[in-house]
Amino acid sequence: MKNKKIGVVVFPGSNCDYDCYTAAKNIINCDVDYIWHKDANPGEFDAIIIPGGFSYGDYLRCGAVARLSPVMNVVSEHAEKGKLVIGICNGFQILCESGLLPGALYMNKKLDFICEYTNIKVEQTDSPFTSLCKKDQVLNIPIAHGEGQYTARKDVLDMLENDGRIAFRYCSPDGEVTDETNPNGSRKNIAGIFNEKRNVLGMMPHPERAVDKKLGSTDGRFLIKAIGEWICK
Amino acid sequence: MIEKLPNDPPITPELIDEHGITPDEYKHLLEILGREPSYTELGIFSVMWSEHCSYKNSRKQLKKFPTTGEKVLVKAGDENAGVIDIGDGWAVSFKVESHNHPSALEPFQGAATGVGGILRDIFTMGARPVINMNCLRFGRPDSHAVRHLVDGVVGGIAHYGNCMGIPTIGGDIYFDETYETNCLVNAFSLGVMRHEELQKGCATGLGNPVFYVGAATGRDGIHGATFASEELTEESEAKKSSVQVGDPFMEKLLLEACLELFQTDHIVGIQDMGAAGLTCSTCETASRGGSGVEIDVALVPQRETGMTPYEILLSESQERMLVIVKKGREDAVQKIFEKWDLHAEEVGIVNEDGLMRVKFNGKIVAEIPAAKIADDAPIYDPPTKKPAYIDEVQKWKLDELPENKNYEEILAKLLAEPTIASKEIVYKRYDHMVRTGTVVLPGSDSAVFWLREADKYLALSGDCNGRYCYLNPKEGAKIAVAESARNIVCSGGEPLALTDCLNYGNPNKPEIYWQFVESIDGLCEACDAFSTPVTGGNVSLYNENPSGAIDPTPLIVMVGQIANQRDITTQWFKNEDDLVYIIDGLQEDELMGVGGSEYLRRIHNLKTGNAPVMDLKREKAAQDCCLKAIREGIINSAHDCSEGGLAVTIAEACFTSPSNMVTQTDKHIGAKIDLTELFAKYKRRDAALFGEQQSRIVVTINHTDEWKLKMIASNHKVSAWKIGKVGGDKLEIIAGGNKIIDAKVNDLEKIWKSALPNLFE
Repeated sequence: MKNKKIGVVVFPGSNCDYDCYTAAKNIINCDVDYIWHKDANPGEFDAIIIPGGFSYGDYLRCGAVARLSPVMNVVSEHAEKGKLVIGICNGFQILCESGLLPGALYMNKKLDFICEYTNIKVEQTDSPFTSLCKKDQVLNIPIAHGEGQYTARKDVLDMLENDGRIAFRYCSPDGEVTDETNPNGSRKNIAGIFNEKRNVLGMMPHPERAVDKKLGSTDGRFLIKAIGEWICK
Repeated sequence: MIEKLPNDPPITPELIDEHGITPDEYKHLLEILGREPSYTELGIFSVMWSEHCSYKNSRKQLKKFPTTGEKVLVKAGDENAGVIDIGDGWAVSFKVESHNHPSALEPFQGAATGVGGILRDIFTMGARPVINMNCLRFGRPDSHAVRHLVDGVVGGIAHYGNCMGIPTIGGDIYFDETYETNCLVNAFSLGVMRHEELQKGCATGLGNPVFYVGAATGRDGIHGATFASEELTEESEAKKSSVQVGDPFMEKLLLEACLELFQTDHIVGIQDMGAAGLTCSTCETASRGGSGVEIDVALVPQRETGMTPYEILLSESQERMLVIVKKGREDAVQKIFEKWDLHAEEVGIVNEDGLMRVKFNGKIVAEIPAAKIADDAPIYDPPTKKPAYIDEVQKWKLDELPENKNYEEILAKLLAEPTIASKEIVYKRYDHMVRTGTVVLPGSDSAVFWLREADKYLALSGDCNGRYCYLNPKEGAKIAVAESARNIVCSGGEPLALTDCLNYGNPNKPEIYWQFVESIDGLCEACDAFSTPVTGGNVSLYNENPSGAIDPTPLIVMVGQIANQRDITTQWFKNEDDLVYIIDGLQEDELMGVGGSEYLRRIHNLKTGNAPVMDLKREKAAQDCCLKAIREGIINSAHDCSEGGLAVTIAEACFTSPSNMVTQTDKHIGAKIDLTELFAKYKRRDAALFGEQQSRIVVTINHTDEWKLKMIASNHKVSAWKIGKVGGDKLEIIAGGNKIIDAKVNDLEKIWKSALPNLFE
């Protein structure tokens, strides 16, 4: 996959940057570069990953300071061109704060940080990120967050539902979406959403943590592989 | 010429006493200086000679530890943390350290800064921290105060570790009355590096500039080190200002900037500012470098106004480092820190007169021979006296105990015992998967981590049963080492080295010091038996309050290496029809492990008996046998027998693993166990089921491998008893044809899993 390039944004406080870099590099055979948050001209990328972590310490509000970084203009322009952006965990929070995705992520319902494996159901396969999944496929992918309760106004939630922009929902191993399978109290069990054009995805679960057989699930590969295939089309 | 500052109080006997300096120590101080100290100098001596920094009461004992070995690259005491070779040019640096006193007063910040402090110790060595663990001891969780402590401590650890992006993958927690008002918070961290990336904490090279890097200095934590060297009393509450406040985000920046700096050759040394802050880091770097350091504290970035040199020097503000830069590289170093939005101020230079000289706006306020204060601290050899209770408890006989025959009920009670019950609600709050290397999730005998950079597997285990150490400090300490080694072996690893955190009461009481000395001797014996050197650690004394001292708790964190991925073994039963065996080192224990057991304590409400017997030869043989069998590929699961005894061990092996795949959670697997043979050997069934006899491992194998296991066992002169078969959804324990335990695994697991949530949620 020559000349294709993926960027992993590094904010001060990002801490899943190395994991995302490694997963992208190992699964997609292309160049992967870190993009420093102060870099307003990092060049062109085919896909940008905004990794998890605690950008700027998550002081003030998760993602609230990160959105003001010079690199976020680059991300916005890149997204406007229809190129791919995936925000994972803190990356999802930053995408919501910057307005690239609607809604917000609140403190988990039980107020504590939660790190565990979850099941998520693929709601849409018609996207660059989920094209290798089957509709309703259940993916086994861990979460690790304190503020992952997805919330939006009712009209926004209806719009997301009606426009098929809900990417994943927390579910049981059999794909049942219930309150018991909702780890953080997200509205409609939402684990991830797309933007209107579906070239921007935000999700709380960490696909980059589910790519290695020796660590357990490899379901994250479906998503990362799909990104690779899409940018090489 | 030392200048006296206008607000410096006169040096009076009262002031000296307030600084925790004894009259004899003051005499020694006068000899070193050849004159009366300034107020600032008195402060410097007070922290440098506190127990926390100088180990004055323990140093003589600590010298007994075996610290060398072919894999030891940096040994205990030479630098901030020891370094061990793991092969192919890779090394790990690790250490455990206490933050007990601060956590008792302010649990959240106390625990958080405990994590922060140990992390700096590791990355100052040049290693990237990749694993955190913690060993915690609390009072009984039925009191509100204890629950508040637990919640704060766990929250603080989660806050710091999660933000740093370092997985917290294991540890242990005990709940016992002895820790009611003196909780123990022992934080461990391990980092990985290439051999050539090793950094030194020394100041050399005349004229090299000294940089202060990281967070600005405030008044927090002044006298933290001296505070940690006193008993906690009601007045301690008033010393809350001694507790520092942590900022993990700042530490993350500091970590990344330092690691970036280590890729260059701009520096000669680096040292974190931990206990005793700027004072300790300047003295120690100068002392190690055989040089002197001159700093002007007015140049130190400050976040409060009007700070005196005394306050700046003694502050324990967090997230700060001292860096000795090569002359001419100042700009290059500045640039790296600027990139990470950090302060980097040139505050002084290296000189060759061997003095730690402190200026304040150009005026000299302190001038002390650096090597003398760092290395010439007073050393004590406090008197010891065997406590009266020892003989009393050790003569206890099993016959004195009525046999309780409701075995199933006892099993259920023990599974719900907070020390034994599932700790899921705790480790779920820690990010234990970041850096994508956690091969075995928290909950098995050892944490197993894949060091992706080096492609190596590590197994880690933290252990210490304080009750054993109370009943018999020497045997208890041996057991702590033996059990942590056994846990490593059960995971398929070979113990490499260990770090220890020695938690005791007030060493000035001869009974306490006796416990200390006895357990050091036990640790040394055990380290020799397993060929595991001590790479460092810390001593926490004065864990005591008006109602008494804690049980002696020499906590061990053992690091082992797993040679091959295929050797990684977990404690859970895997396959229907697998055979269940006990690999047994056959300790000759009159009490059958009932002394000091959870069974005795929680079912019979007795804290007595001698600690379980630990013959290290027998233990080593059992471990060698297990590891050999694992490496031969015949072991499907291995679980060490510890708190709760054989019955609890077998029940835990039936439970669902905290699997990396939630899709498997429905799988429960039971076992049918026949203990007729075991009961024939042991006269007491309760003791056989719940006694904590040492050197036992419950393993499962395929039935075609029976002869192999028996052969390996006989080669190692240990016994391998067949006790049953895996299968079904019930745990059945039979003796002489009668079912003495017959319970659904599902029900037992529910009891075990819901015990802590019921208490805490």
